Amino acid sequence: MSTSPSPADPRQPPPSAGPATDRLAVVAAGGQVEPEVHERVRQTPAVLEIDRFNLWYGTKQALHSITMPIPHGKVTALIGPSGCGKSTLLRSVNRLNDLVPSVRITGEMRLNGDPIYDQRMDVIELRKRMGMVFQRPNPFPMSIYENVVYALRIDGESKRIVLDEVCERSLRGAALWDEVKDRLGESALGLSGGQQQRLCIARAIAAEPEVLLLDEPCSALDPIATGKVEDLIQELRGLYSVLIVTHNMQQASRSSDYTAFMYLGRLIEYGPTTDIFTKPVLRETEAYVTGRFG
Amino acid sequence: MNSDPLRRRRSTHAALAAHGEAWVWLTGGCLAMAMAMIIGLLGYIVSEGVATFWPRPIELIELTDGRKVLGEETGRDTAPDGTGRRLVRTANFELTGKHFEWFDDGEVTATTRPAEATVVERLEGGRFQGFPTRLLHGEEVVAVGGEEAWLGFREKHPDIRRRWREAWRIDKGDRGVLQRKLRAARLAVVQAGLSAGADSPAEAAAAAAEKAVAAEVEAQERRLDERTADLRAGNDGWGLEFTTASGETVVLPMADIVRAWQPNKASFQERLGVYASRWGEFLGDDPREANSAGGVFPAIWGTIAMTLIMALLVAPFGVLAALYLREYASRGPLTAAVRIAINNLAGVPSIVYGAFGLGFFCYVLGGSIDELLFRPALVADGQPTFGTGGLLWASLTLALLTLPVVIVATEEALSAVPNSMREGSYACGASKWQTIRRIVLPRALPGIMTGLILAMARGAGEVAPLMLVGVKKLALDLPIDGTFPFVHPEREFMHLAYLIYDVGFQSPNSQAAKPMVFTITFLLVAIIALLNVAAIWIRGRLRRRYVSQQF
Repeated sequence: MSTSPSPADPRQPPPSAGPATDRLAVVAAGGQVEPEVHERVRQTPAVLEIDRFNLWYGTKQALHSITMPIPHGKVTALIGPSGCGKSTLLRSVNRLNDLVPSVRITGEMRLNGDPIYDQRMDVIELRKRMGMVFQRPNPFPMSIYENVVYALRIDGESKRIVLDEVCERSLRGAALWDEVKDRLGESALGLSGGQQQRLCIARAIAAEPEVLLLDEPCSALDPIATGKVEDLIQELRGLYSVLIVTHNMQQASRSSDYTAFMYLGRLIEYGPTTDIFTKPVLRETEAYVTGRFG
Repeated sequence: MNSDPLRRRRSTHAALAAHGEAWVWLTGGCLAMAMAMIIGLLGYIVSEGVATFWPRPIELIELTDGRKVLGEETGRDTAPDGTGRRLVRTANFELTGKHFEWFDDGEVTATTRPAEATVVERLEGGRFQGFPTRLLHGEEVVAVGGEEAWLGFREKHPDIRRRWREAWRIDKGDRGVLQRKLRAARLAVVQAGLSAGADSPAEAAAAAAEKAVAAEVEAQERRLDERTADLRAGNDGWGLEFTTASGETVVLPMADIVRAWQPNKASFQERLGVYASRWGEFLGDDPREANSAGGVFPAIWGTIAMTLIMALLVAPFGVLAALYLREYASRGPLTAAVRIAINNLAGVPSIVYGAFGLGFFCYVLGGSIDELLFRPALVADGQPTFGTGGLLWASLTLALLTLPVVIVATEEALSAVPNSMREGSYACGASKWQTIRRIVLPRALPGIMTGLILAMARGAGEVAPLMLVGVKKLALDLPIDGTFPFVHPEREFMHLAYLIYDVGFQSPNSQAAKPMVFTITFLLVAIIALLNVAAIWIRGRLRRRYVSQQF
């Protein structure tokens, strides 16, 4: 055991107490578990606060009282086995789950202090403050240029000079400019998969989002394209507040500042990435990140 | 011995059925059968349709009873007792009372193909066949002898034909314009009487205007009369004298001759000339002789105009309805019921749509339009304008008929748009309508075009409902012409599919009309194919632009 638990934390069970999957077994049995949130997470200023958030699909509860601050200007990774609610949580942030008829929620989320699920919150305005990239590249059936400036177009921006500037800045930001600058007018559907995904990232950052949501952005890409997108996420670090869902431990450890481990709709442990991967508080987390479970 | 009952028996080779060989043959066979039927039908129509206008040789047939007949053999069959017989187009209806005649092989003693045998197409009375003898101009004999008369005819005929055409154009076009002008002035008087009261100053003014118009029209009519009289005088007296095979002498006025040819001695080029000229007349002229000869130009026009107007009407209507059904309506029993009802609409007999079109569009809608806007025509002439069948109502009726096809195809196309694209758009802050307009519709366009192609093919070949809502046997006034307001969607029109029925089954001279039926069918199929090819080309472009996903 390489963990070095902080003695100040009273909830910390002794390392020798039971098998590594103890808490997970409790969760699987439907029991309550107090999440382990490191002190350093609480101290950083948050761009997004998730406060006792519950979500049901029909009668099945998918998220159980999630409470976590997402730090401002940092990359936060959500990890956990399939079906643990990572993507659901991500899609709750920009209220894409509103499109699913049977969804019901309680609890709150705040984007820079504005309640996301407030009655008075205009969903369309809310989504304009965020960017999102999906598992599979989903470029729109239009030119590369129009794809990038889509968010501005629907906002009514039609000044060519503004659009041109945003297009170049976003494509440079997504490390795609040099590859496509000579064919901005061509269909985006003609790009390769990796290029399409970087185009989607360019589209997401075009409107200067307050938070960037990445939902397993590399899961449909080949290793080389994955490498390029990961490099890109590294470059976005510090420029944007990023919340990324990933299945890939290496990816989480390489490119994120903070990591949250989720299991069956509950937050288990949340802390700085280096701590989570090298000296997690919980044995369960260590078991997961080292691949012994999950 | 294998005694264990649970042990699975392994075969050493896969069964034939597992390879699926049989299924390949079955599926391939079905496709081959469908192809054979389609190609057979189309091939028959094309071969018959293309051959109609080719000048075929005519034969002088001598019979056992001493009669001599000149005619073109058009068919042959065998009686039950084994003797053959032939159907001969003997023409010369005014002499024999027949266009066609059957001859048993036993009756025929000899057949020859005399070089000077001539076929004449006339404006009226069907074909004439005989041997030219003299070219006459009034009392004067211009040329004597078969050869000379024929050469003289060939020399004079184009001028005579040109003069005839000009007179015809004046009668049909210019006089029609004058009559319409007169009618408009007359209706203006009625309108003034209706709106300002009888004996009002307004009516008096309109009446004065009508008088002026009438005087002007009369002057112009006189000028046209002079012009046509001039033209006709140039043609008068010219005649070609023929001897028929049975020995009668007939003089045909040259102005009545549309064209004539001597098929037995014509060279290939001359035959080709006749062939081209007959196709030209077919495609560009009005029909003659109860539609069994001449051209079908108004019907081509009507078919294309109606199909395009129908497509223009059904496309937005169907697409918007499908959009609501797929994108906005919540899933539930009501939506399912609506969807089933739409599918069932496709199975309603088309004549029911025709009856609905007549009852609702023509009588209710058209009647109201007439009451509101065209009251003078109703009062003065008792004549409906929109209150009867017409191009607009026929197009609307067919749009209704093809609506289910478009809705179903559009719904399919919309549901084929990946949800990830919608989500991507929403995530960018787009509203539902923005997402539909900018992402979903462009992406679904090729599929929508497929529905439109099917609808056009169905609509262009439909006859039954059209008979109730505006298609006529003869309607020479095109829905677009030079008189104000230039577009006349209320006019009745001709349609190729109806013409097939009319020429094929209502013609007094059905044997002569039969080849025309094939030619018209060929033309209709060609037009539908052309419209479809155009639509498929557009769809291909859209698909390349919006759908193709290459990695």
